[in-house]
Amino acid sequence: MTSVEYLKWLEFVLPETILAAAALAVLFIDRLALRDQSPNVRNLLGSMFGIFACLFSIFWMSQSTVRGVLGPGIVHLTSVTILAKQLIVILAIGALALACESKFTPHLGEFLSLLLLSTTGLMFLVSAENLLMIFLCLELATLPLYILACFDKTDKRAAESALKYFLFGSLAAAFTVYGMSMLYGYAGTLVLSDVALKLRSVAPEPMLLVGVTMTLAGFAFKIAAAPFHLWAPDVYQTAPLSAAAMIAAGSKLGSFVVLTQFTAVALAPHSGKASWEAWFPGSTPVLAILAGSSMIIGNLVALRQTSVRRLLAYSAVAHAGYMVVVLAGNPAGAMAPVLFYAFTYGLTIIGAFAVVSVVQNQNGSSDDAMGAFDGLSGRSPTLALCLLIFLLSLAGIPPLAGFFGKFYVFGEALRSKPALDLLWLVVLAIGMSAVSLYYYLLVLKHVYVFSAGADTPRLHIPIILRCTILLLAAAVLVLGIAPGLVLNQIPGGH
Amino acid sequence: MLAWTIYIPLSAGLALLLARPRSAIVARWIALLSAAATLGLALASVLQFHGSSERLVTIAKLPWIPALGIQYFLAADGISITLVLLTAIAAVVGILFSWNVSHRPAEFFALYLILIGGVFGVFLSFDVFLLFAFYELAIIPKYFLVAIWGSTRREYGAMKLVIYSFLGSALVLVGMVAVYAVLPSPTFDMTAWSQAVFPRSFQLWVFPFIFVGFGVLAGMWPFHSWAPTGHVAAPTAASMLLAGVVMKLGAYGALRVGMALFPEGARFWAPWIGWLAVIGIVYGALVALVQKDFKFVIGYSSVSHMGFVLLGLASLNLIGLSGAVLQMFSHGIIAGLLFGVVGRMVYERAHTRDLDTLETMGLAKSIPSAAGIFGLAIFASMGMPGFSGFVAEMQVLVGAWHSSPTFALLAGFGILAGVAYSLRALQKSFMGSPARASRRERRLAGGGAGKMDPISVPEGLGGLLLLACTLIVGLYPASLLNLIVPALESPFFEGLLRPLIK
Repeated sequence: MTSVEYLKWLEFVLPETILAAAALAVLFIDRLALRDQSPNVRNLLGSMFGIFACLFSIFWMSQSTVRGVLGPGIVHLTSVTILAKQLIVILAIGALALACESKFTPHLGEFLSLLLLSTTGLMFLVSAENLLMIFLCLELATLPLYILACFDKTDKRAAESALKYFLFGSLAAAFTVYGMSMLYGYAGTLVLSDVALKLRSVAPEPMLLVGVTMTLAGFAFKIAAAPFHLWAPDVYQTAPLSAAAMIAAGSKLGSFVVLTQFTAVALAPHSGKASWEAWFPGSTPVLAILAGSSMIIGNLVALRQTSVRRLLAYSAVAHAGYMVVVLAGNPAGAMAPVLFYAFTYGLTIIGAFAVVSVVQNQNGSSDDAMGAFDGLSGRSPTLALCLLIFLLSLAGIPPLAGFFGKFYVFGEALRSKPALDLLWLVVLAIGMSAVSLYYYLLVLKHVYVFSAGADTPRLHIPIILRCTILLLAAAVLVLGIAPGLVLNQIPGGH
Repeated sequence: MLAWTIYIPLSAGLALLLARPRSAIVARWIALLSAAATLGLALASVLQFHGSSERLVTIAKLPWIPALGIQYFLAADGISITLVLLTAIAAVVGILFSWNVSHRPAEFFALYLILIGGVFGVFLSFDVFLLFAFYELAIIPKYFLVAIWGSTRREYGAMKLVIYSFLGSALVLVGMVAVYAVLPSPTFDMTAWSQAVFPRSFQLWVFPFIFVGFGVLAGMWPFHSWAPTGHVAAPTAASMLLAGVVMKLGAYGALRVGMALFPEGARFWAPWIGWLAVIGIVYGALVALVQKDFKFVIGYSSVSHMGFVLLGLASLNLIGLSGAVLQMFSHGIIAGLLFGVVGRMVYERAHTRDLDTLETMGLAKSIPSAAGIFGLAIFASMGMPGFSGFVAEMQVLVGAWHSSPTFALLAGFGILAGVAYSLRALQKSFMGSPARASRRERRLAGGGAGKMDPISVPEGLGGLLLLACTLIVGLYPASLLNLIVPALESPFFEGLLRPLIK
């Protein structure tokens, strides 16, 4: 092996390398150069550095013409995977921007470093087509998130929820790796497309189906699909703002992309069937059950929430369910809708979390009960309008991005062969999304209909946070009116 | 040009929402001027349409999301024009009737204008996706209009209204994605859908989804119950719009998307729709007969009158369908007028809508012009000859008789019950005499007659405008039928009407 080959390898992974280097650099700069600065300055400079690294990485990816596979499916660069990487980094920028104004920890260097490392893991994840690589990337992406979730050491509840997250997560990882080992046992190879080739000649034996189910269960934990969602409400409620944003947005997008790859490629020979008339075991019934239970549990439990963050968490479970619908219905055509949906959902949820955190900080008591939102439209009309945009997009009201996302996901789910195979699931999904409007409107009722107490002051919003929220709201609106901006980047998504 | 009926209210609404002028005067004049502009545009195109032989005028046709075959396709035929005219009239009058809104006026008129813009969009869309987007866009302003500025049980009424609408549109969405999935090359162009013949078995199950989905908003029994509660809870202008225009969205969608594009399904399900319509007519009228709240009487009468629209649709013949469209227009005008009188003229002066209390007040003496307007309006609502309601309901009955005499007879009974509740409401609300009331009742009524403000100029103008409309259409129905009938005879409705015209 010559050094030239190493250079070629580096070209493949340069965007990830930039972020990994930035993760280390941010740590050292914060420890060495900024030691004597005030926390505000350290926060600001650190996050800005991270954001610039991300922008550079995006820029590099847009310029790079490197395509192809490195090693046995270790890094597969196609225009789809590069787009997925860029979208992940954009979501990471959102999370970093929210970290600028955070004051909960004196160790922001570590915080940012872990955030960037997790992003690196997610970037590798979406281009991995090798079972082992997928597992390693999942771990690299998730381990920093466990730490980020409990980074606020003064918060006991955060420690509890992070422990929950960690225990569930490690169990899920065990499931995944065990399932993968079974698939490997049948296929004798780790590369997804070869696995599919080998599995074609294998009958759907119980052991194989156990392997399929276990792998999918591990992924279901990552995307917070019911019944593997139990960690989500606690973590969403107590994690620091940017950690929650990362877990809810970037990590979800990455996991969904790889789950789509895995289902569409490796499990294609054993997809089974879950239509109204006939059920054959395979990945489709498992996914259909995951989707159905996520949509039902997520939406119905969200109806009863009083804490807005928990409400968003349960709605996140439901949204994972909507996306799994298209994976179950039409894995081959799922990539474009999943990318669009997960990306716009990520933008929306980051924005919603940011608004909630502004309201929480204002109260000082980190209270995110619905009552804390009373009269927000009078206290800060702009913020209220942004929250309106985010929540209505989640509910799927045009002309916001969430509407087109839902439409695309459900429409594509039915375009299977034969068409309308999973009609019952889509009907369930659309019905459940009608239910969801109720709880989003409950929050908006507090924002717009109720008035705040007389002594409630106007909200003060830090400038960077304000800009981030406005940008996110504008993006949600623009992507709803012109979804082509993302769709045209996806080849083969029609 | 007609496309500006969408852009003007939407941009004026957004401007009001962002700028939030503190002064109510600025807000209401901006609202009135933009609504008046849409009315001008609508009238101009009605005149233009009368002269031309073209049946479907394309306003805009641009690719929007080419990957999914979605277009920004606006067009108009006679039916769209009729309903655009109705919307513009109702919008102007609604603003005149909410001239006194002083609580958060900028937001009120902003939401009002956004709602109107969405409604115009629905009537002018010829791409199913676009139509659906406008249809859902109109849902959210309704919630805030009712929940913030409403009266009786406003939060409950608002939520119920919105959830019903959204569930209805969910049913429509199921039908839409199903069609998207079976089409070999995706398109949402309605003119293309009306050409593509979907297999009969497919139409049979898709049609009920789309028809019932839109029917929910049209107040179809048994999915009507949002209508009375929502109308009662809404502020005056919103209930005028809800009953006058938004219910027509449902009926229009049922006709334009449901029946025209899935004619086989329509033929199969027509008897069922007919039964639901007749039940709605009779049930709405009978329930209206025993209401204590004045506004509930009008609310249930809307259910009954919208039953005629659905019955006309179910008749599946030219005269019934044109009657249905005419009834949409007629009921839009009359219901708007009735809600205006009850909500603005009576309630804001008497501060009660309880019919028994109103009976003790002798309103005919204290606000005679309101009594006059209401008297004429209630006669129009009963279907007296000379008013638009007569022509429309007559056509519907003739159409229904052709398809099934039973429906026509039952609906005729509904008209009788309609006369009963109308006269009862008129008697109790305006014709009561204060002399007959006991002293205690008079005290409860808070001082009684004689102290009420006279009807203000904007109210009077609005009332007269609506009365004029119902009279003009009643005396010269050809003014609208010349628009409606050619549209129904156009190729767009060919699949629905062809086998029956012969």
